[in-house]
Amino acid sequence: MKEKNKVSIFNKMNDTSLLLTITIVIFFLMYIGAVLFQGGGFSKPQMFFNILNANAALIITACGMSIVMISGGIDISVGGVVALVSMCCAVYLDKTDSPSLLVSVLIAIGIGVAYGLVQGFLVAVLDIQPFIVSLAGMFFARGMTTIVNTAPFNVENQAFIALKDTRVNVPFLGSYNKKGIYVPAYIEIGVIVALVLVILLFVVLRWTKLGRSFYAVGGNKQSALMMGINVRRTKFLSHLICSTLAGIGGYVYFLHVGSGSASHAMGMEMNAIASSIIGGTLLTGGVGNIIGTFFGVLSLSTIQNIVASAGLDEAWWTGITIAAMLCIFLLIQSVVMAQKKKAIKA
Amino acid sequence: MNETTLLKMRGIVKSFPGVRALQNVDFTLNKGEIHALMGENGAGKSTLIKVLTGVYPKDAGNIELEGKAVAIHSPQDAQNLGISTVYQEITLCPNLTVAENMFIGRGEGVLTNWKQINADADKLLQSLDIPAKATQQLSNCSIAVQQMVAIARAVDMDCKVLILDEPTSSLDEQEVEKLFGLMRDLKEMGVGIIFVTHFLDQVYEVCDKITVLRDGQLVGEYEIKDLPRVQLVAKMLGKEMDDLSDIKGETNEYKGKDAGEIVFEAKDLQSDAGIKPFDFFIKKGEVNGFTGLLGSGRSECVRAIFGADRILGGKVKVHGKDVKINKPIDAMRNGIAYLPEDRKIDGIIGDLSVRENIILALQVLTGFFKPFSKAEANAFADEFIEKLNIKTSSADKPIKALSGGNQQKVILARWLLMHPEYLILDEPTRGIDVGTKVAIQKLVLELASEGMSVTFISSETDEMLRTCSRLVVMRDRKVVGELTGDDLTQNKIMATIAGGE
Amino acid sequence: MTKDKKGNALGVIKTIASNQLFIPLLALVLLAVVNLINDPTFFEIKNVTNNAGYIVKSGALITILDYGSELAILAIGMTLVTAASGGQDISVGATIAIAGSAMLRVLCGGNSRPDTIQAPIIVAFLVACIVGMLCGAFNGMLVSIFKIQPMIATLILFTAGRSIAAWINNNELPIVPDPKFAYFGGFIPGIPIPTTVFIAAICIVIIALVLKFTNLGLYTQAVGINESSSRLNGINPTFIKFLSFVILGLCVAVAALIKVSRLSTINYSVIAKDIEMDAILAVALGGNALSGGKFNIWASILGAYVIQFLTTTLYKFNVPSDALAAYKAVVVIILVVFSAPKAREYMEMFVKKLNPARKEAA
Repeated sequence: MKEKNKVSIFNKMNDTSLLLTITIVIFFLMYIGAVLFQGGGFSKPQMFFNILNANAALIITACGMSIVMISGGIDISVGGVVALVSMCCAVYLDKTDSPSLLVSVLIAIGIGVAYGLVQGFLVAVLDIQPFIVSLAGMFFARGMTTIVNTAPFNVENQAFIALKDTRVNVPFLGSYNKKGIYVPAYIEIGVIVALVLVILLFVVLRWTKLGRSFYAVGGNKQSALMMGINVRRTKFLSHLICSTLAGIGGYVYFLHVGSGSASHAMGMEMNAIASSIIGGTLLTGGVGNIIGTFFGVLSLSTIQNIVASAGLDEAWWTGITIAAMLCIFLLIQSVVMAQKKKAIKA
Repeated sequence: MNETTLLKMRGIVKSFPGVRALQNVDFTLNKGEIHALMGENGAGKSTLIKVLTGVYPKDAGNIELEGKAVAIHSPQDAQNLGISTVYQEITLCPNLTVAENMFIGRGEGVLTNWKQINADADKLLQSLDIPAKATQQLSNCSIAVQQMVAIARAVDMDCKVLILDEPTSSLDEQEVEKLFGLMRDLKEMGVGIIFVTHFLDQVYEVCDKITVLRDGQLVGEYEIKDLPRVQLVAKMLGKEMDDLSDIKGETNEYKGKDAGEIVFEAKDLQSDAGIKPFDFFIKKGEVNGFTGLLGSGRSECVRAIFGADRILGGKVKVHGKDVKINKPIDAMRNGIAYLPEDRKIDGIIGDLSVRENIILALQVLTGFFKPFSKAEANAFADEFIEKLNIKTSSADKPIKALSGGNQQKVILARWLLMHPEYLILDEPTRGIDVGTKVAIQKLVLELASEGMSVTFISSETDEMLRTCSRLVVMRDRKVVGELTGDDLTQNKIMATIAGGE
Repeated sequence: MTKDKKGNALGVIKTIASNQLFIPLLALVLLAVVNLINDPTFFEIKNVTNNAGYIVKSGALITILDYGSELAILAIGMTLVTAASGGQDISVGATIAIAGSAMLRVLCGGNSRPDTIQAPIIVAFLVACIVGMLCGAFNGMLVSIFKIQPMIATLILFTAGRSIAAWINNNELPIVPDPKFAYFGGFIPGIPIPTTVFIAAICIVIIALVLKFTNLGLYTQAVGINESSSRLNGINPTFIKFLSFVILGLCVAVAALIKVSRLSTINYSVIAKDIEMDAILAVALGGNALSGGKFNIWASILGAYVIQFLTTTLYKFNVPSDALAAYKAVVVIILVVFSAPKAREYMEMFVKKLNPARKEAA
């Protein structure tokens, strides 16, 4: 009897929503646990907004990563692109005459698009493994960053600093500090960009033909081809979108840190992949969800905050917790999908 | 006459490295016609269809649709021209919903009205009596339903040419009937249908014309009424029936002292491939076989014997002694060899040389730390290349560069080199030339006369009748009967497969 | 007559060009020529007195052989993993940090500035081997049993590895007091050739013997080419994949010995950084398909030295070490583009289009 129930639940849900549910449930359990057991910071809304502020760039790049992964590829160059974008924009804003903010944004997007075009061409048209292409892309971006400028530096352009320090207050969710003064809760501009992109991409993936083509190509490339989908174009677009998002994410990152450095966004590609996986994107492609990725980023940073506030603030714990979490989610995915296959077979 | 011509393919040539898959093939399809495309496996049917649908580019030849020359470079082109296809293996995306699978890759525009599409899909599914919901994920449907969805997709595309490439292999009788009804309706509407199938009954039930291919060449186009079954089979095989003479009489039975001893015995054997538990035995020097329709479970049975699938239960005895066979190496240690059904997926190791492919099984049996020397390996390879007359320029050639028949001989050599006591051959004659087919059948009888026990499976009943002295009959993944002696006739087999006396 | 000869010559060139060793050898020759033009004394080997007061050989060639050792050793394991699993291990740099850290922990016994070593070097090395093999086993388990793609499975240790390494030694940087420990990454007194060259040679001889006296090569290739078929021939694909990762773990331990010995200490975030890229590149440069299957381990090893040659050359041209990655990335892309079957197809089509007349004449 119980067995039968299990089967029907598995059957009703599609893979994407099954994994999404797991992610969201785990995130809320984790956050509630943190509020209950560690209280303090976690019960304040600003804590949550700080997580958003610090991770807006990661959210954007992780969304791009999810799209590539859903269509069956991978792109590990995004961290490098973020660093390259920050450095190029920083150099432009600080070391040229009369720079304009708009042009710096265009530079960021331009770098992303250029990356997308080249990588997309290599992967989709020349049929080279995306891992190798983007591995080379990552090293190229990292190398170029130091070639553009070796030493890290802070941007002192006034217009930029004004933009960087712009805070958007969130109504009703502020709190009173020790002196009883109301401190409004705030988010940075980058968060708004990130949220808009999340919604936009969610709509694209869920309801447009292009979005569904990503799923189709990732689910079964051969079938997608036979059904008349232009597989090459779809793969190309997935890389183009991902790199463009990495460019935008790079600017948001730059806006958050306000400096250029070759060591910026180190390992961000791995965090983006980890967030996607935690958010229920299947490595094998065809399954995933932008909302899941959003929660994946939140879960990842929440666990880091929990670890930090639990007193384990030595640097190595971050790496170890992320890896442990990644490991657990990979195993859950592997087991759940195997179970599901069995349930359907029987 | 010309007005009704829908599709004209002339002089189509397509080669793959080492194989000439299509040589100057012509094909004509009229409006409102169901046209069977027949030929053995490897005759070039699938290649012809894939050329027509733009999956493979053709090397030469031209295609005309409604009198106009068309260039088809991709499946998308084909679809846009009104050529839709249902393939044998399901070519849908399991991770998408049923409705998405029916509508994706079609139409213009960026945005789509999914509500409308889901409603349309539900309507269509209902009208075709397909038990699926539009919003259901495809992988949650049974294989038969998935196949029906693929057909629904093709039907809904207002196609001029509908290609059905062995669509019935996973459908049951009722579903096939439903499909035929649908085909007749479409025919009324003037759609030209190309129907590829292995079931002769189905051809004679719905088709108007037959085009026969053999070894990549056109044999001819015939009106269905002008071509009786026997002749059709003869055309497909490229031989008159009488040519395939009774080879059974030519060889002798095994007459050793231990003749009749039971070599292998299984009781209530069951694997996770979905077959019901079955009993089985084979005697020394005996040739027996599993027969039944495609998908009846005959391959799954022999796979269970060899430990190729996960064993769920049952007892196995070799020479009367209890043994455990859970994985292939256990079976090999007990002198059992298995030539698998799907040569490409389970048989050849494509990039390795003929030599390595021949010695592989014996090498594994000998052990990890005892590799054969170069000289030994060469000797083994040369021995069997000569013995089985394998046509290869050298033993160093990668096996994937050989023709299908020669690949099969290499795999056979691999197992013969092991000198098994019990050899299982699952469809060893599929997709290879007639000469090799006969050679393999003769070899089977010869081996048996030397005392080897052989289980022989073939889709072609007459091959089984020629070689086997006992047939286990299967239906719906269950053993339903056993035929020996005078019962070994086409009719009797058919009757047993059909069931219900 | 002349036509025939031409055809023959073309045929010979084709056979040579299709050999797997052709591309790495060609790259080697190109690099050598570039260096000779740039600096005619490039290949000179001089005797110099090193810090310890011994006379040792010195020169660009020695540098390449010396610093290419770790890469050559890793290339052995990486080739096997690539062949068996059709994927690559991106955690080797991080696991070198782990194995190296474990080695230091045993040698220094948790004390960051010990006066003497706390355990024999051989014990420390064995511990490192076990640790390396455990890391390999972890990766191997995820890949072979849980069927996770190798690059993603190894992502876990890639992310956590350096942190684990720091954690093993409490984030301290112990210094090994025994000068003997430095022999492995430097020179043994009285021997003018770097020890690393001998270590690499020993590893290469061992793998040669293993490949000769076991069926490792045959099994690995069979599993990589057709897993299902290998299983039906009695091979256990799960175990073979697992084994390849464990062997790579062993290679990692040896590489860690050299890396740690070079400095007699460790820097968790820098040690063996990006070496996974070079190791994968070595495999690719050797003409081995990154999607698995047939492999040629000698080509990979040669590829490793070619990469070190390239690095040394770039240094000679005063490329800063941080920017090295960008240049290497360009080389990688050119390489993979030229070896991609699709790219070759396009090029052939292009050439055909360019001179249809010549084609007809022939």
